[in-house]
Amino acid sequence: MKYLYLIWSNLKRKKMRTILTFLSITVAFLLFGYLAAIKQGFSQGIDVAGADRLVVRHKISIIQFLPQSYESRIEQIEGVEDAVHQTWFGGVYQKPSNFFAQLPVEPEEYLEMFPEFILSEDEKQAWFKTRTGAIAGRRIADRFGWKVGDRIPIEATIWRRKGGSLSWEFDLVGIYDGAEKGTDTTQFLFRHDYFDEARAFGEGQVGWFTVRISDPDNAAEIAAAIDAEFANSPYETKAEPEGAFVQGFANQIGDIGFIMMSIVAAVFFTILLVAGNTMAYAVRERTNELAVLKAIGFTDRAVLGLVLGESFLLTCLGGGLGLVLAWLLVSMGDPTNGSIPAFFLPTKDLLLGVALIGLMALVAGILPALQAGRLHIADALRR
Amino acid sequence: MTEEKKTLVKVNDVDKVFKRGSEEIHVLGGLDLQIPEGEFLALMGPSGSGKSTLLNLIGGLDRPSQGSIEIGGERIEKLSSRRLASWRARHVGLVFQFYNLMPVLTAQKNVELPLLLTSMSRAERRKRAGIALEIVGLSHRTGHYPRTLSGGEQQRVGIARAIVTDPTLLLCDEPTGDLDRKSGDEILDLLQALNAEQGKTIVMVTHDIHAAARASRTLYLNKGQLSTEPEE
Repeated sequence: MKYLYLIWSNLKRKKMRTILTFLSITVAFLLFGYLAAIKQGFSQGIDVAGADRLVVRHKISIIQFLPQSYESRIEQIEGVEDAVHQTWFGGVYQKPSNFFAQLPVEPEEYLEMFPEFILSEDEKQAWFKTRTGAIAGRRIADRFGWKVGDRIPIEATIWRRKGGSLSWEFDLVGIYDGAEKGTDTTQFLFRHDYFDEARAFGEGQVGWFTVRISDPDNAAEIAAAIDAEFANSPYETKAEPEGAFVQGFANQIGDIGFIMMSIVAAVFFTILLVAGNTMAYAVRERTNELAVLKAIGFTDRAVLGLVLGESFLLTCLGGGLGLVLAWLLVSMGDPTNGSIPAFFLPTKDLLLGVALIGLMALVAGILPALQAGRLHIADALRR
Repeated sequence: MTEEKKTLVKVNDVDKVFKRGSEEIHVLGGLDLQIPEGEFLALMGPSGSGKSTLLNLIGGLDRPSQGSIEIGGERIEKLSSRRLASWRARHVGLVFQFYNLMPVLTAQKNVELPLLLTSMSRAERRKRAGIALEIVGLSHRTGHYPRTLSGGEQQRVGIARAIVTDPTLLLCDEPTGDLDRKSGDEILDLLQALNAEQGKTIVMVTHDIHAAARASRTLYLNKGQLSTEPEE
């Protein structure tokens, strides 16, 4: 601690240079934290996907339908405990930009399949009893200011009603919370029986099935058995673990994780050069002073430590502020106003950020520090 | 009857060779020197004669190519780099021609620098640095940065930094070389006082005969050898 004053004083030597480097590091870590939250938003379904759940969809594409009757056949396959169906509704609320997941489901079965969706007993009973009833996740309800009892109009983009209208109306009977931080609370769920009777086409068809299996270790065998059951039928299936399904769904937009991390890597590389350059200059322009420190008794290691200390102090302050700002910004809400299923800065990414701060400080400072440590006093004093 | 003084510095048959590419430059050759405790020795000689090299060797800032250097009974050329640094911190005070103060630190903090290597508390360091600044007559300038001090004042801070650890030996490399006559005289007065009143052994490299006259003995270095008379 007694050297902190010396380290701090050296950083103040060229204030403008230190401030610019500090801000560069801050922005890099702010970007890292914010992009980590966006990446988490796109991949959260993978993290919270049930290991004991499979998703069965049409072999060709998710947008091809499957017969609802497959549900009972799937449930008869050995190792399968339960199956529920869902269908992509694809409507918008008030305007096209208000786009979020809307799914017609069987309420009781669905809530049993997804225990991570937390709903009060009264809200459950209200949903079971109300044919036009719907429940919304907390984030989507907050986004639009919905309350239980509201009537929610949804404009369909796929499913026309019998009679030709695209307008659907639902009674909001409950708002669910997530059991985990990453649970998707942006879904809008309504009753399949109401949907099936009112839709103009596709009666008896559903989008996909979620299947609970008895032993996750047998997931591959059970998935193969499901696909074999429907092989050579007009509706062949592809069964896969829920995590892989969610990943595939997210990948329709692109490999978000790869894109994000490529941006962050490019930014970090640039900042590393900036910080490294700052430290190299800081050492080069005070060779004489470092030699004086060694002359009065500072060891090679102590001088090396002082230079590395400067690198660590600058990077820790800049990077730390960047992560704190990222956390604050993420806490203020996602940039899409609730379209991202879960938007938060995961602890693992925060810890990764801290580790990256240390790594950046070390890489930026180690060469100048070694150079300072190896200074030959008599030679350096002559410069 | 005068009391015989102990020899503090013994330089025995020291060579110093610098290499520049394939060329070898012999700066000191078979040099012997003994400095008694409490002496104020001036080293004179033309530029490039090896005065600063000899000072660096005595101060443990460099190592001889051959020969031995014994200070206070310790063979310093045999010490490891780490132990040599520790030895310098305890036994040597250095005063430079261009002061070599840290521009980002106040006079007080500059003087405290060598004390960071000790186990002293912050309060103790502060107190010791205050005493050193008082000795050099700068107790009223403790909070000033070097850029706000005159050359003479900066050199006083440099001397305070050199004596703050109460070293055995003060090595001064042209301490008045960058000062006007008046400031130079004040610095020489101070060095003389440290020698006379506090018994510091001082080795001073200088080009200035006027400065050398303040020392108790003057030696001349030329072509790597010491003599008591300047070369004609």
